[in-house]
Amino acid sequence: MKNRLKVLRAERDWTQADLAERLDVSRQTINAIEKGKFDPSLPLAFKASRLFGLTIEDIFQDE
Amino acid sequence: MEGFIDMSDSQKLSRRQRNQRNHRRLAGYTLVWLVSLALVYFGHRYLWDGAALVTTAMVVLNIIAGVAMMMANKKLLAGLDELEQKVQLEAMALALGAGLVGGFAYSALSQTGVLPFHAEISHLAVFIALTYLVAMVKGVKKYQ
Repeated sequence: MKNRLKVLRAERDWTQADLAERLDVSRQTINAIEKGKFDPSLPLAFKASRLFGLTIEDIFQDE
Repeated sequence: MEGFIDMSDSQKLSRRQRNQRNHRRLAGYTLVWLVSLALVYFGHRYLWDGAALVTTAMVVLNIIAGVAMMMANKKLLAGLDELEQKVQLEAMALALGAGLVGGFAYSALSQTGVLPFHAEISHLAVFIALTYLVAMVKGVKKYQ
């Protein structure tokens, strides 16, 4: 699954650690999601969508 | 050693603080469990002169400490995020499978007299622990 987390994070000038703290996950988890190595659960995807004020589809796209 | 914390307390802590606290708790209970296990063997031989009742009581205490250790581990796992839980699950699955398969094979070799030494349960525990450690390292690297 592709995602725009890295772009959205960069737009806000957040580090991976900043985003990890806001989503209450580890920095390694953010890194794995950004690299497409790990697909987040639905609750975490919703959390990210609330944080960025976007829909889940705006952030995550099925490949 | 710290007791179990309630949810309202844990929610005030950051993820890092919560995990550190859970790790410390698990380490504490593991130490208590190990010491109580060693005390069963040591005490049976040197302290209470092989009194079966005392040894049984100490084993019961050891089991209680073991249950507390398991609960602490469960709490630690619950406090991890979803990727960390996935890595742990994969490592534990591999360790369990390797322990089961390796344990029965080891037992078969021992009981048929193929092994030149006596099989010990501690060998299996070390094998499971090493399998778990290797699987954890591989799991962490896999998602880096």
